[in-house]
Amino acid sequence: MNAAATRAAALLGALALWAAVAHGNAWLGVVNPVLLPTPGEVGRVGLELAWSGELTRHFLTSLGRVAQGFGLASLAALGLGLLVAMCVPLRLMAEPVIEFVRPIPPLAFLPMFLVWFGLGEASKIAFIGYTTFFPMFVAIAASVLRVDVVLLRAAASLGASRADLVRRVVLPAALPGIVVALRVGVGLALFVIVGAEFMGADAGLGHLIMEGRTFFNPAQIVMGALTLGLLGSLINTLLLTVERRLLRWRAAA
Amino acid sequence: MMARGPKIQIQRVAKSFGAPGRAMPALEEIDLDVAEREFVCLLGPSGCGKSTLLNIVAGFLVPTTGTVLVDGRPVSGPAPERGVVFQEYALFPWLTVTGNVEFGPLLQSRPAADRRRTVDRYLDLVGLSAHADKFPVQLSGGMKQRVAIARALANNPAVILMDEPFGALDAQTREVLQDELSRIQRVEHKTILFVTHSIREAVYLADRVVVMTSVPGRIKQVFPIKLPEVRDRFAHEFTRYESDITRVLREEVAKVRA
Repeated sequence: MNAAATRAAALLGALALWAAVAHGNAWLGVVNPVLLPTPGEVGRVGLELAWSGELTRHFLTSLGRVAQGFGLASLAALGLGLLVAMCVPLRLMAEPVIEFVRPIPPLAFLPMFLVWFGLGEASKIAFIGYTTFFPMFVAIAASVLRVDVVLLRAAASLGASRADLVRRVVLPAALPGIVVALRVGVGLALFVIVGAEFMGADAGLGHLIMEGRTFFNPAQIVMGALTLGLLGSLINTLLLTVERRLLRWRAAA
Repeated sequence: MMARGPKIQIQRVAKSFGAPGRAMPALEEIDLDVAEREFVCLLGPSGCGKSTLLNIVAGFLVPTTGTVLVDGRPVSGPAPERGVVFQEYALFPWLTVTGNVEFGPLLQSRPAADRRRTVDRYLDLVGLSAHADKFPVQLSGGMKQRVAIARALANNPAVILMDEPFGALDAQTREVLQDELSRIQRVEHKTILFVTHSIREAVYLADRVVVMTSVPGRIKQVFPIKLPEVRDRFAHEFTRYESDITRVLREEVAKVRA
């Protein structure tokens, strides 16, 4: 059996297990069947939402917020990561601050973002940006610091200026680490978008889930969660494709 | 006609490492001139500071005292006039063989057709024309070092500095590359400063072998090698140089052990 078939079989198996548990529960009445929706019920809610255009709206709203928050954070993390890694005094100043701020769970600051930026889009984008910035920044700076000094020496003795070194050596050499940092960042963005949309949002997958709770519709909650999973795997597939293209030289052997 | 001055002048160069007061001397009072087109090998026990000296000439390290002049101008950092070949190859893994060799000419913004001619010429010289589009991960150690040599030559430096370039290769590949380098030198006539701990390698390649003392490194003795350009490792004269240098070097290795 090839790898693709194995993957498909595993997905079908998980679906079958879910169906067996949910239908078994409905049959035996262990818990209230409403609390444990079957794949069919979730699918029906999904179709209704898709048909009315609501699912697309929520999906695109969340995607837009992730794209903007993560986009801004990755630009900042890349710029500051390069700067801090290559400038020793800056690094000495940045380290203690980062070591203190980094362990604070980002959700602890979510109310602050609502206070600062209100209930609109800005607070959600800023929150995603804040959450994803630190881990990406730290990982990017670390990957720049790992660039082999011999490569820098080789380039310098071939006539590279400081700007050449950054563009032609540091960036490509750190690229594998940078790509990993971006993937971690996207994962985190999806992780916290839900939390940001639980509070004061009128659209987005997090809002869809919260609405499911408010109107006691567990099937809708599950549908929202599954859509988030789909969004996550789509973005991850996209990033893996980009990574394979950019890092062709690593797989060449 | 006035005789031109030496290509490389190392003048009273000393280097210590560590904090002032507790500094450990690595090199002491090195004076050495390398003539244009001369091939000089720095030979010494490991840790004698020969690589430190090469790094100072390359501009990667600043000497504690003294100066290095190349073509009469003081060295103040790495520059394209001084090409370097490293033991660990130092190829850019994200560039193909062509991309690596083209790196220097590209930095000088030379036109594409000119760059292509240069790349073709030097890949042909090191026998890698068939591998132009490969990435470094696809090459053996010996091939990587050929690319590194072609990359240094393609930049047309005034001098080439080689830091134990064949040190990481197996014995057979090592001899093949020594043959190649000897052949390349007969074509290119570069000024080369070459660090090695192999006596055989030094006698095979050098016009002059500079034997250094154990730490702190000083120049112990200089051996001009008066052998034909194309050398035979089994010739009587060759082995006599080997044994002469071995005797001198052995005293230094013994000091390290003592």
